[in-house]
Amino acid sequence: MDLTKLTLIETIKGLKERQFSEVELNRAYRERMKKLNPSLNVYLWAKENGTEGIPAAIKDIIVTKDISTTAGSKILEGFVPPYNATAVDRLLEKNISVIGKTNCDEFAMGSSGENSAYGPTKNPWDLTKVPGGSSSGSAVAVASDMCVFALGTDTGGSIRQPSSLCGVVGLKPSYGRVSRYGAIAMASSLDQIGPLTKTVADARLVLEWISGKDGYDSNCQNSEFKVQSSELKKDLKGVRVGVPREYFGKGLDEGVEKVVREAIKKLEKLGAEVVEVILPHTEYGIAVYYIVMSSEVSSNLAKFTGIRFGKTRDKFGSEAKRRIMLGTFALSTGYYDDYFAKAAKVRTLIKQDFAKAFQKCDVIVGPVSPTTAWNLGEKVNDPLKMYLSDAYTIPASLAGIPGLSVPCGFSEGLPVGLQILGKYMDEETILDVAESYEQATSWRKVKPKL
Amino acid sequence: MKYEPVIGLEVHVELNTKSKMFCRCFADYFSKEPNTHTCPICLGLPGALPYTNKEAITKCIQIGLALNCKIVDLSRFERKNYFYPDLPKGYQISQYRWPLCVEGWLEVEDKEGNVSKIRINRVHQEEDTGKLTHSDGQTLIDFNRSGVPLVEIVTEPDFTDPSQVKDYAKKLQQIFRYLSVSNADMEKGDMRLEANVSVRPVGQKELPNYRVELKNINSFRFMTAAIEYEIKRQIEALEKGEKLTQETRGWNEDKRETYLQRSKEEAHDYRYFPEPDLPELKMKSEEERVKEEMVELPQAKMQRFVSEYGISKQNAQVLVELKEVGYYFEKAVKLGEAQQIKPQELANYIVNQKITLASQDQVLRAVEFIAAKRVGIIEDEAVIKKIVLEVIKKNPKSVEDYKRGKLNALQALIGGVMRKTQGKVNVEKVMVVLEKKLKSGDTP
Amino acid sequence: MKLNPQQVQKVAKLANIPVSEEEVEKYSDQLSKILDYIDQLNSVDTAGVEPTFNITGLSNVLRDDEVGESLSQEEALKNTSQKKEGFFVTKGVFEEG
Repeated sequence: MDLTKLTLIETIKGLKERQFSEVELNRAYRERMKKLNPSLNVYLWAKENGTEGIPAAIKDIIVTKDISTTAGSKILEGFVPPYNATAVDRLLEKNISVIGKTNCDEFAMGSSGENSAYGPTKNPWDLTKVPGGSSSGSAVAVASDMCVFALGTDTGGSIRQPSSLCGVVGLKPSYGRVSRYGAIAMASSLDQIGPLTKTVADARLVLEWISGKDGYDSNCQNSEFKVQSSELKKDLKGVRVGVPREYFGKGLDEGVEKVVREAIKKLEKLGAEVVEVILPHTEYGIAVYYIVMSSEVSSNLAKFTGIRFGKTRDKFGSEAKRRIMLGTFALSTGYYDDYFAKAAKVRTLIKQDFAKAFQKCDVIVGPVSPTTAWNLGEKVNDPLKMYLSDAYTIPASLAGIPGLSVPCGFSEGLPVGLQILGKYMDEETILDVAESYEQATSWRKVKPKL
Repeated sequence: MKYEPVIGLEVHVELNTKSKMFCRCFADYFSKEPNTHTCPICLGLPGALPYTNKEAITKCIQIGLALNCKIVDLSRFERKNYFYPDLPKGYQISQYRWPLCVEGWLEVEDKEGNVSKIRINRVHQEEDTGKLTHSDGQTLIDFNRSGVPLVEIVTEPDFTDPSQVKDYAKKLQQIFRYLSVSNADMEKGDMRLEANVSVRPVGQKELPNYRVELKNINSFRFMTAAIEYEIKRQIEALEKGEKLTQETRGWNEDKRETYLQRSKEEAHDYRYFPEPDLPELKMKSEEERVKEEMVELPQAKMQRFVSEYGISKQNAQVLVELKEVGYYFEKAVKLGEAQQIKPQELANYIVNQKITLASQDQVLRAVEFIAAKRVGIIEDEAVIKKIVLEVIKKNPKSVEDYKRGKLNALQALIGGVMRKTQGKVNVEKVMVVLEKKLKSGDTP
Repeated sequence: MKLNPQQVQKVAKLANIPVSEEEVEKYSDQLSKILDYIDQLNSVDTAGVEPTFNITGLSNVLRDDEVGESLSQEEALKNTSQKKEGFFVTKGVFEEG
C-alpha cells in the first residue's frame, strides 16, 4: 500500500486500526518528498527526521514557532518566529505534524507562484506550466502526494486558483471563519486561511479543526463549524444552483468553459435546480481589489524595516514594491476619496450583488480560473494581464463569502476546477454540493504522472 | 497693528490599564528592563493582530464625558502610517475620521480670573510608541512602552492667553486623577502637551494661515513660558514684515527660547485609513453604563459642597483639589455630626491648617481637635504631662510597639489620653509631650 | 490617471522603497496602466452607497483588561543581529517625537 495516496480521513482510519504506524507514514512521505521536491520546488523548509503525527504542509506565510518562515520573500530570510499561528496550534492539538513549509508568491502576491524569491514551483501535470498562486507549493504538495493535506491562504483566489490548476480541493472559508492570527498579513480585510486537500471530506474535517473564535483575531466570528455526523445526501434534490452570466463571458477559455458546463449539467443530473443569476458589478472586482488590497499591503508591509527582524526594504521583490507603491498612492492626500474610498463603496455593491443572487439560489457555480495552467514566464512582465486571471475568484473575496474549487475535469490534459460559492458563513452547503459532485465523478482519482 | 494669539492644545495621556491597548503585555513600563514587556503584537512581528482592551475604551469614554463630549454612534480605529524606529508596525493604530468622542468643552480661567469656554474638538483612543535613547550616533530602542493605551484630547484654537492654557492643563490633570484613568505625571511622560500657536491682527475673524507646533515640553511652567515666548517672537516677526510658516519648535530652558525642530517641507502624509483588523465601535449604547460608573468630578463636587454643606466657594475649591481630601472631608463631616461639629468648622480648619487629609487617622484627629477646642480644653503642659505619664504606664505594649517602629502605637496612646480627658485636651500638645517622653526613654 | 516619474519618486519616498532610475521608469509605465484600468470605477454610480471596510458585521469586539505572558528579552531580540544591552539598535535618528 502506498501510504501517500491515502486521504486524510483514510490516514486517520489506518492509524487508528493500526494498519500502519506514524513512523511508517512519515517515512513514506519523506521518501516521496526527497524524490519529487528537487523537480517541483515545493518546500522551502522540510522536516528531516519526523516520526510522529500526520504530516501536513503549511504555506510559508503562516508562522510556525521555531521553524523558519519566509513568506516567499528574501526580506524574511532567516526569520524564526517565536510563536505559532492559531490555525497551526489547533492542528498540532489534533496530532498533525508540520512536514514542511511550502513555497508561495512573495507575501502571497501573485497568481502563478513565480513571484517567490526562492524560484517558482512547477505544476505536477506539466513541469513547464505554472501551478497557480499564491498557495503554489501547498497545491502542488497535495497534488503530488507530498503531504496528507496543506494549509494555504486566500486573499483574492490564492487557495482556489492553484487548487484548480493542480487538480485538488481548495477551500477559502468565509472571512472571519478561521483566525488569521499568525498568517503574515497581505490584505487584512481579505486574507483567510484554508485547507487544500485530496477530497472534499478532508477539507471539511480540516475546517472543523482550524475554525472558530480566537481571542487573537478580532474579526473572527463566534460560531463553530462542525462536521455533521449524519450521512451525506447523495443527490442534490432541492438545491438551487445559480450560474452567473458574468462568469462565462469574454476571456473564458473554450476548453475550460466546456468542462465547467459539463460539471453544471452533472449537478442538474444529481437533482439540483439550475437557475441563472446576475452579478452585475463583477467587471469592477479587479479594480476594487487592486485598490483595497494594495492600500492594505502598503501599510502591512511597513513593518519590514530590518530593525527587529529580517532584512532591509531593498530586498522586496518587484511585485511587492509595485503593490506597496500603488497602495501608498491610493491612500495619499488628495487621492484617498477618488481611490480608496471609492473602491470601498463599489465593494459594497459587489457584496450586495451576491446577497441578491443568493435570494434566488443556495450556491453559485462557475469556473475558478478563465484558463488552465499557463506556461512559466508567460505573464511575468505584464502585471495587469496576470491580475485579470483572478476575475472569477476576487468578487467572493471582496464579499467575504466562502468558496471552493473541486476538480471537474481536464482541458488538453490540464486540470480544471469548478468553483462553488456560498452564503456568508455557510460552508456547509458548498461542501455538501462539492462532495455530492465529487462522489458522483471520478476526477479525483486521476493523478499526475510523476 | 495689534495682534492677538490663537492657541490650540493637544494633550496625550497614557492610561493606567493593567494590560496594553491591543495585547496582553503588562502596561506599566516605567523603569523596567528594556524589551521585557513585549509580544508578537506590540513588537509588530509578522502575523500578529491587535485585540482591543475594553477598559481602555471605557476610560477614553469617561474622559470624553468628563469633558462634556458626545459619544459618537459609529467610531473606528484607523492606521496612521509613517516610518520611525519607535513605531514597530510602521503605523500607529489611532483615530482620525471616526474618533470616539467629539464636540465637548471645558471652562478655564485666565490669570485675572475671567472664565471662558474652550471647545474640545475630539477625544480619541490610540497607542503609544516605543522609547528611543540616543547615544554615540546610535539609537537604542525599547518597546516596553509600545502599545500602551493613549488618549488624545484636541481643543479648538480657542485659547487667547497662556494662563488659560495652564489652567486647562491643570484641570485636565485633575480630571484624569479624579477618574483614576492615569497618574498624569508630566515628568514621567504620562501626560504630554503640544500647543499650536499663531497670532493674527485683532479683529481678524479667520484663522492665521500658518501655525507653529510646540512639542516635547514636559512641564506646565515650561509650556507657558514657551507659548509666551512664541507669541512675542511671532508678533515681532510679523511687525518686521516676515512671513511665518508651518513648523515644529521645541523649548530650550537654558536659553529660555523656542528652537526650530522641523519645517513644513518635511510635513507628513499619514495616509490614514480604517484599521481592517478591528471591527467598528458602537459605544453610544455604553454611555449610560460608563456614566453610572463615573466618580463625581471636581467641578460638580465643588458646587455640591457649597450647596450641601454651606461652605464657601473658596474653601470648596481647595477641598476638591485632590480627590482624597474631598473624600475625607465628607467622612469628617459625618463623624463630626455626632459631636455637633458644623461642616464649615471642619472646612475652615482643614483649609487654614493646610491639612492634606490622606488617611482615616488624620480625619479622626481633625474631628477630635475641633471637638476638643469647643469645650474647656486642657492646655496646661504640666497637667498634660501627668496624664501622658499615666497613659504610658498603663499601656506598656503600645510603648513597646512604638519602639519597634509601629506608628499606630502613637495613635493608640493619643487615643488613651483623649479617652482619659474625654477629648478635652490640646491634641497637638499631647503629641509633643508624648513623643518627647517616648524618645527620651523616660518611661517606666 | 498617469503617474509620471516624479510622482513615482515621491510615492517611493513616502513608501520608504528604494528605487533605481530604471525602476522609476518601469513603475511609472506599469502603475499608469494599472491606474488607467482602475479608473473604470469612476463610471460606477456610488451616490448614497456606504463604504465596506470590514465585512464581518461585528462591532465592539473587546477583551477584558487582563495581563498575559510576554516574550523574554532574549526571544524578543532573537531575530535581530543589531542589539546592545537588551535594546534594539538602529543608526542614529534625530528626536522628533
